[in-house]
Amino acid sequence: MRRHILVRLIIAPVVLWAIYTITFAMAISIPGSAFENPDRNLDPDVARAVKARYHADDNWRLYWEYLAGLTGWKRLRTGEGPWIDLGPSWSYRDWTCNQIVADALPVSAVLGLTAVLLAVLLGVPLGVLGAARRCSLFDYLSLAVALIGISLPSFVPATLLLLVLAVRLQVTEVGGWGTSGQVWLPAAVLSLPLMAYITRLTRLGMLDVLQSDYIRTARAKGASPRRVIWGHALKNAFLPVLSFLGPASAFAVTGSFVMEKVFAIPGLGTHFVNAVLARDQMLIMACVLVYSAILVLMNLLVDVLYTVVDPRIVLEDAT
Amino acid sequence: MSRPGDRVTSVPVDALPGAAAPAVHPWRRFRRNRGALAGLVLLGLIALACVASLPFSVRRFNEMELESNRRPPTAAAPFGYDFLGRDLLARVLLGGAISLGIGVAAAGISVTIGVLWGATSALAGGRVDNVMMRVVDILYGLPYILLVILLKIAFEPMLVRAVGNAHAANIVVLFVAIGSVSWLTMARVIRGQVLSLKAQPFVEAARAVGIGPVRILWRHLMPNLIGPIVVYATLTVPSAILQESFLSFLGIGIAPPVPTWGSLAADGVNAINTVVSFWWLIVFPCLFLGLTLLCLNFVGDGLRDAFDPRQSVQ
Repeated sequence: MRRHILVRLIIAPVVLWAIYTITFAMAISIPGSAFENPDRNLDPDVARAVKARYHADDNWRLYWEYLAGLTGWKRLRTGEGPWIDLGPSWSYRDWTCNQIVADALPVSAVLGLTAVLLAVLLGVPLGVLGAARRCSLFDYLSLAVALIGISLPSFVPATLLLLVLAVRLQVTEVGGWGTSGQVWLPAAVLSLPLMAYITRLTRLGMLDVLQSDYIRTARAKGASPRRVIWGHALKNAFLPVLSFLGPASAFAVTGSFVMEKVFAIPGLGTHFVNAVLARDQMLIMACVLVYSAILVLMNLLVDVLYTVVDPRIVLEDAT
Repeated sequence: MSRPGDRVTSVPVDALPGAAAPAVHPWRRFRRNRGALAGLVLLGLIALACVASLPFSVRRFNEMELESNRRPPTAAAPFGYDFLGRDLLARVLLGGAISLGIGVAAAGISVTIGVLWGATSALAGGRVDNVMMRVVDILYGLPYILLVILLKIAFEPMLVRAVGNAHAANIVVLFVAIGSVSWLTMARVIRGQVLSLKAQPFVEAARAVGIGPVRILWRHLMPNLIGPIVVYATLTVPSAILQESFLSFLGIGIAPPVPTWGSLAADGVNAINTVVSFWWLIVFPCLFLGLTLLCLNFVGDGLRDAFDPRQSVQ
């Protein structure tokens, strides 16, 4: 177990390096450049000097320089700058990518985590009740949630809720970021498709588990129905949900691209889309690497949690 | 969306359809499921309407009558007009054909790549398996929007030259881009299935009499994989349609004026304001989009039940 985690921790940087290489190759092959200004033609010498200043003229050198910044090698060599240097932004010339990420990541993280949390806290009970009382009101309610959640692109319910709750009823704020009242609406909409999946996974898992022998044993020895369902059955039915949390966090992160646009939230998704449109290769790579690092960590965390919930599972060494 | 929908369909191997019983008369079981059957019929009707009306919708979708700009639904134009005076009915019908096309193309591509990748990985085993699955992990870690944009930008100029039509090239590129990022889940699912099938006696027997891996895969494993393939392909369609709508909303989907349900819904959402309500701009695209996704999910669930009686509602 401990060895498995260790191996995964050693592999993680290799995975990130592969992602860095792929992203780098893709980012530099996008036509167009952040240094071309359609409104103002720079003198060719000046343009060349600007590009050279950012190492944008030599991809091979840029690749290694950037890698040195990422791994802390540059800090080790020069003794200054941050340990993980994401480089200067090419479109926001006065900013480094570190500053942008430091500003935007907490926003996206709060939004995404709130959404995942909401989805688990509401989706799991709904799925359990749906399975425990099949064809009851709860079952249909859980079905309805699941269907609404996956049948409309999230910007539609987001905009409609915004119109009703924020503009007509004025119970929430219209958008922006900074107060706690601005978190709930985007997080709730973002959690809808997640909740849909978690409800379905829980319901299916429960239906499966409730037919197994140990549940019959628990019932036979006189455990109360509530204890059987919430204590005995849920523990095993929760496993699929747990393994879904890895992809779910990925979804919450990218899903937030749309929420950030609808609700004018200054998160990392907004920066990523803008960076792609502005051909800001540095910011593209910074965003991708931050996302990927989070994902790799989340997947590792889920694996570890798996063995905690179900001790029968022994993780194999990924060698 | 990072591949919102499709990343979401990650299910542990033991909960997979087809794990327990091979498909015995799945169609008969599917037919008994009224919701799924109704979904299939409705889906067929919508698809038929979108495809059959193509001659009409292709001719009309970009015809602007500026004087009827944002005119509400009338008898002549039951869906009303959009902000450039274009008939919304024609746009919704053509948008449906394109959205469904994206879904089907994505499913086709994801089946082809996913099945080959997953089966090869599981059959080869050992180090090859490990490397192939790490590749899947790495691709999972990349925000798909970047992949889609990149594939688009890399192939579009080439295709425009080959096809000679910028719109056709744009659509084809988006088909391929979304398809090639949605095979990851399929690969994982198929790998899990093949791994569990590989351990069963009939595969061992086949290998013992000297049948090669390709033939084992094709003749002996494939019949047992049809269930999960059909189920996940069906579930890939709605997720691909949703992905396209997110891309359209962010302004990097199918280029206007060609409509998709996603871009029409995005247009409708953008037209919302507090003073005048242009409800038809949002209601009709969303109605069709929502109904279709609903039907697809119903059919997908019905298929899952049909191929895996263990979990069906008795």
